[in-house]
Amino acid sequence: MRSSRTTALGMAGALAIGLLAACSSTGSPTSPTTPADAGPTTPAAAAPVTITVAGNLPGASQENNDQLDARVKEFEAKYPNITIQPEEYQWLATTFTAQLAGGTLPTVFEIPVTDGKTLIENKQLANIDAQVKANLSYYNDFNPAIVGYGQDSSGTFFAVPAKNFYANALHINRNLFKQAGLDPDKPPTTWDEVRQDAKIIHDKTGVYGFGQMGNGATGGWQIAVDVDSRGGALEKANADGTYTATLTDPAVKASLQWLASLAADGSIDPDTSLDWSGINAAFASGQFAMFTSGSDVYNAMVQTNNMTADWGYGLTAVPTENGGAALGGGTLAAVKANATDAEKDAAVKWIDFWYLSKLRDKDQAVADAKVAVAAKQPVGTPVLPIFSKSQYEQSLVWIKDYINVPLENMKGYTDVMFSQPVGGEPKMATQAVYQLLSPVFQAVLTDKTANIDKLLADANVQAQDAIDHPAAS
Amino acid sequence: MVTDDLVVAVRPSGRRTRITTRFVTQHTRRRRHTPATWLRGGGLSALVFALPAIFVFGWFSWLPIVKSVVMSFQKTNLIVTTWVGLANFHRVLADPLLPIAIRNTLWFALLALVFGFPVPLVAAVLMSEVRRWKGLYSVLAYLPVVIPPVVAVLLWKFFYTPGPRGVFNQLLGSVHLGPVLWLQDKAIVMPALVLEATWAAAGGTIIIYLAALTSVPAELYDAAEVDGASVWGKVWHVTMPHLRGVLFVTFILQILATAQVFNEPYLFTGGGPSNRTLTVLLLIYNYAFGTSLGGRYGEATALSVMLAVVLAILSVLYFRLTRRWSTS
Repeated sequence: MRSSRTTALGMAGALAIGLLAACSSTGSPTSPTTPADAGPTTPAAAAPVTITVAGNLPGASQENNDQLDARVKEFEAKYPNITIQPEEYQWLATTFTAQLAGGTLPTVFEIPVTDGKTLIENKQLANIDAQVKANLSYYNDFNPAIVGYGQDSSGTFFAVPAKNFYANALHINRNLFKQAGLDPDKPPTTWDEVRQDAKIIHDKTGVYGFGQMGNGATGGWQIAVDVDSRGGALEKANADGTYTATLTDPAVKASLQWLASLAADGSIDPDTSLDWSGINAAFASGQFAMFTSGSDVYNAMVQTNNMTADWGYGLTAVPTENGGAALGGGTLAAVKANATDAEKDAAVKWIDFWYLSKLRDKDQAVADAKVAVAAKQPVGTPVLPIFSKSQYEQSLVWIKDYINVPLENMKGYTDVMFSQPVGGEPKMATQAVYQLLSPVFQAVLTDKTANIDKLLADANVQAQDAIDHPAAS
Repeated sequence: MVTDDLVVAVRPSGRRTRITTRFVTQHTRRRRHTPATWLRGGGLSALVFALPAIFVFGWFSWLPIVKSVVMSFQKTNLIVTTWVGLANFHRVLADPLLPIAIRNTLWFALLALVFGFPVPLVAAVLMSEVRRWKGLYSVLAYLPVVIPPVVAVLLWKFFYTPGPRGVFNQLLGSVHLGPVLWLQDKAIVMPALVLEATWAAAGGTIIIYLAALTSVPAELYDAAEVDGASVWGKVWHVTMPHLRGVLFVTFILQILATAQVFNEPYLFTGGGPSNRTLTVLLLIYNYAFGTSLGGRYGEATALSVMLAVVLAILSVLYFRLTRRWSTS
């Protein structure tokens, strides 16, 4: 009896100690093993290092994952001391902060350009200046319009442009255009024409002519696209460095009135819960004929929504008026703040290999394209140049035999992509301002009696409050 | 106070005289309570055995609660933290979205009580009267509880698809009605959410009621029948009094659950259209995770603390008011 009691006591004690040990060994997720802003040191060249990297979108096809696996093997063959562990990754405003704070982001992760400066100021990104300058011989060649998003005020690199830079464009379902008697090779070029075509498509096919994101911050993001294209802005920079919310700008009202007119026509999808991935899925399933989003979302629709080159996809430019522009955006590749020097070195090598070398080096461009084509992945989707226009065009020449996206259906965009002005997103409290606009958009779409002036005036007060009281300090 | 009878009941094989003596001895020792006696009395063993549970509960339940309360007085992005006193509470109370969220939460709670509370009760009473296939009905009633909530909501979101292609709209279309904008119409969206929530949660409550119903002595129904009671009379005068205690508990659980409704508005609508399904918990979530650059964690925890206090007060008041009824 005594023996079993002693054993049980011992086991209970061991369990308690084990739990304590398990928790203590985890350590603080934000406690760096090497200070993030410590000066550069030379990493041991052959020391084994393992890093996790942002991989494919959740729900990516097997072919897409095969492509990534193949490139990882090539990378590991080139750098035998580095082990790459890809993780599913999709930047979402709602989960990114928690992942960042909880230390669950991969070593190499992607962020939108609008978040770069604040994350640098908050010391939430690793200083990779030494590694960038050591590994990326072309670091001076980045497009000067975008490279600054990943640098602090002194020009130190904390993130580098990667993956894609895009302008918002109008995505169309060519089959629905044809079914409605419209010529998909002559897509709409003004917002009035978009409305007319949307109504014709709805009347002739019963399918909604237009759809727009309305969930969370994505609703406001797309209102910003509408507003920029009409020559308006959601914020105004003041001479003293402060910002004023301008949600009462006439272009904002005009955008919402245009959406209300589509709702009155019954030609816009009333589903206001669509977000970035949701609208891709809805469009790919034929739920509506047109929507605006980044020029590169064809890639995501192929990778996660089973879209194929013969699906009937078409791309054209966002209509602009009154000196408006197509709202731009892009992705930076960054490294976890608590990465060691060896991890940072491996991370930058991976960024070079996975994101950038295919734009700079013919052999890498061809190798990447070969793997992508073999895995039935899209090659050649039009994006804005990360370096220069000539460099971008050169990279397309290298892979011209492998381009498998329906470029002939994208001429409405590719013909103007370098001449159309590209606008920037609001600089202050961007996500908060976007979030405030989503309910306004939803109200306009679901309530015929919605008072747009009042809704915008109320939202403007809250937007100014968000600008004046930023959440992150 | 421990009695001799209770001791005998616990040790039926013991000898009465000896047991009584032991009780008296223990009683005397308890008055001279020292660490040594605590140790000899098995206190250390109890503590060691309880330690894992205390640790797990403290680490994963109480520590986050304490940290949340502390954070409600801070402005933080989880890297840079400053103390701000009651500023978070002031900002939350001044937020024009707060009254909207409270109103929506109360509306959801009311609808859930009006429709969601009686449905399981009626279903349980009916099922208890069924003679055949009782097990099958129980399984069918409980099945929605087994389905993960996110999957259930996504399933219903498919049903609620707007336009004529939606499942429910196709059903309505077959009788020349609709299409209905289930999740887009401001007047319909909340009842639509309650409908799914009731479907998803009713099974668990039905099982509780069914278990309680089996405790009602059959003789009472026989006596009621002899006295000429109708079916309604038997339910009202025999069944309901026996279910009263369970009903009080499920009622307060329902209120607590509906006050913290999150899954349905988050997954169905994200709070839309136009904040019509923005609930208090969704507002807390939006404070914390609505933006990508350091959420308003201080405000989120401040509102969480206020919600917890309100619900605690509500629970205490409820149990005080109903104590006499529920124990009768």
